[in-house]
Amino acid sequence: MEVLLVSLLNGLVYGMLLFMLASGLTLIFSMMGVLNFAHASMYMLGAYFAYSVSRVIGFWPALVIAPILCGVLGALVEMYALRRVHLNGHIAELLFTVGLAFIIEKGVQMAWGLLPVPYRVPPVLDRALFHVYGSNFHAYRGFMLLISILMFVAIWLLLTRTRIGLVIQAALTHPEMVGALGHNVPRVFTIVFAGGSVLAGLAGVIGGNYLVTEPSMAATMGPIVFVVVVFGGLGSLAGCFLASLIMGLVQTYAVVLDVSFADLLARLGLKVTSATPLAEVLTMPLPRVGALLPYLMLILVLLIKPRGLMGTRDT
Amino acid sequence: MLQLKRLIALLLVVVIALWTGTGTVTAQQGGTIKIMYTDPLSGPFAQVGDQNLQQFKYILDYINGRGGAVGRKFEIVSFDNKSQPSEALLALKAATDQNMPIIMQCSGSNIAAALIEGVDKHNERNPNNRIVYVNCGAVATELTNEKCSYWHFRMDAHVGMKAETMVRALPKEVTKVYLLNQDYLFGQSVQRDVKTFLGKLRPDVKVVGDELIPLGKVKDFSPYVTKIKASGAQALLTGNWGPDMTLLIKSGMDSGLDMRYYTMYAHLGGGATAIGPAGNGKVRSVMAFHENIAVETGKTDTEGWTRQFRSQHDFDFYAGGFRTIFEFLQAAMNKAGSTDPIKFAAALEGLTITDMLGHQVTMRKADHQILSEYFVGVFTKGVKYDSEKTGLGWKTEATVLPKDLDQPNTCNMKRPAA
Repeated sequence: MEVLLVSLLNGLVYGMLLFMLASGLTLIFSMMGVLNFAHASMYMLGAYFAYSVSRVIGFWPALVIAPILCGVLGALVEMYALRRVHLNGHIAELLFTVGLAFIIEKGVQMAWGLLPVPYRVPPVLDRALFHVYGSNFHAYRGFMLLISILMFVAIWLLLTRTRIGLVIQAALTHPEMVGALGHNVPRVFTIVFAGGSVLAGLAGVIGGNYLVTEPSMAATMGPIVFVVVVFGGLGSLAGCFLASLIMGLVQTYAVVLDVSFADLLARLGLKVTSATPLAEVLTMPLPRVGALLPYLMLILVLLIKPRGLMGTRDT
Repeated sequence: MLQLKRLIALLLVVVIALWTGTGTVTAQQGGTIKIMYTDPLSGPFAQVGDQNLQQFKYILDYINGRGGAVGRKFEIVSFDNKSQPSEALLALKAATDQNMPIIMQCSGSNIAAALIEGVDKHNERNPNNRIVYVNCGAVATELTNEKCSYWHFRMDAHVGMKAETMVRALPKEVTKVYLLNQDYLFGQSVQRDVKTFLGKLRPDVKVVGDELIPLGKVKDFSPYVTKIKASGAQALLTGNWGPDMTLLIKSGMDSGLDMRYYTMYAHLGGGATAIGPAGNGKVRSVMAFHENIAVETGKTDTEGWTRQFRSQHDFDFYAGGFRTIFEFLQAAMNKAGSTDPIKFAAALEGLTITDMLGHQVTMRKADHQILSEYFVGVFTKGVKYDSEKTGLGWKTEATVLPKDLDQPNTCNMKRPAA
């Protein structure tokens, strides 16, 4: 019971971190059709910017400044590069972002070195918030939950309750019409890309000290974010939110549920011995493959429901 | 003008032809003793290769300052293998094409296995151009047992030895341990060997958790920490490296998991930064060297030597074992009076030298596995040399002697006919 409850909290925290990362990608992906492979690189830059800024003027200013820096960078990339590449189609765009991810990784290595940097949680949050059955619930994790919920609400309000949100929503389905009505569609694209980069940067500021800030953090976080976005469904922020939580909880519970197919079969009265065909696979405990479950779910969702959980666009 | 360009091009071709043609002769008889070093120098593990190279350079300046070997200086030629066996084999090819006597590689037992096979094949086909493979850190136990080769010399303790050191360092009051490792060749052998030695040396210890994780796939270790906590373990034993180690320890620290962490790689670059001050007195690492050993044993010359490295670099010197490698090569080549692999490989077998800490180190003849003193360090405050400017550093908590680690081997080595 205690493990299940603590795991629920663990799963929520990790899920919300995923959401912070994935929401920006969802916006960019569904809005512009750009599969931005450099999105996780923006997350990494957010963490490094926050580290550098927080060394000079502290964590709280960094929480604001680092995402803005990422946003500015995103805007520049969109205006001066992506827009030009876009003329050559989606494949060219995709390849462009792949290249960009490598360049950013090398740039980070050159600017901050190959070692992890000592980017730490601010002292005021570096303590136990409360105890659950003797386990600390770290205050910073509570802070992460809070920020991500605020973020979700803010994006939601922005997209559904403001003028610019309406234009973005409309440009998602009818770009020509929006253009004909006199809105500057390219500028909307720039805003969306910059906005997505801000969100990625914010996730970096928050995640960089919760996890470890080092040059391979983009590469390790990249794949899972794509899984979340596709699983949740393109064009759906709610889907992205749901998918993040599901992925967080699935991975967490997979670790603590020490069962295998063999146990399941035993319940049905079937016994697996070393002579059984595929015994190795059947007796494999769930935790050993837990981290791979999201990829399995991705494959399944693409087979059964190609638009993802709540998607409005084809992948 | 065009004629001049042609002339220059022609001259270049001639020069290159002469240079490569005579390359064989110069490599064997004069110039430097070239060593092809291959490890990841780009990508997520670039840090490993890069830091090794910087320490090699520092060591070579010292070794060459003391005469190199047989009157020639050592030179390292680096080659990025991007953590891929196929790329490492390209490095081997480049080394043999240029008649280099040695290839060296540290990271990845899967790459090491490919190199052993490649070196064996090459030496069989080219009896006049043999090459020796110096393994500076690929530690799967199999490499000096089933897969052992005459041309492969392992200069680091293998997994079995590290596991035994870990088990020997467990204090009496620890009776419940949790094992967590990466699900591939190396991690599985850590898991297996630790259990073997617990059975032999500490039958009173109960394994309350036995976990394998997919290599490099876990981002959030808090569910594992929850599980470890619930198991009631007093110590966590892991061979994890890279993000799988740093994230695990960091997550444990954050949730206030009060236990001993026994690792194999926490003392390498980046470990101290990731652990941070919260790890004071909790994290231990099995190692061949740390900077404070020289202080503890009063070896002031060694201390001065590593201090000088610190003053020139932004990370600390952890590669005491790498200096031993070059002292071994130096001694073997001088003994054989030659840089010819067939001659110095024979001299290296069974050789014993005194390392920078004053300890006896032997290259066991039967399986070409080094036998040296091994240490368990604890990450703590109040040491003379801290790690990565954290204010905390490594302090020796246990020492295991070579005779304690002289584990039997199953190597059946094929020696070249004299």
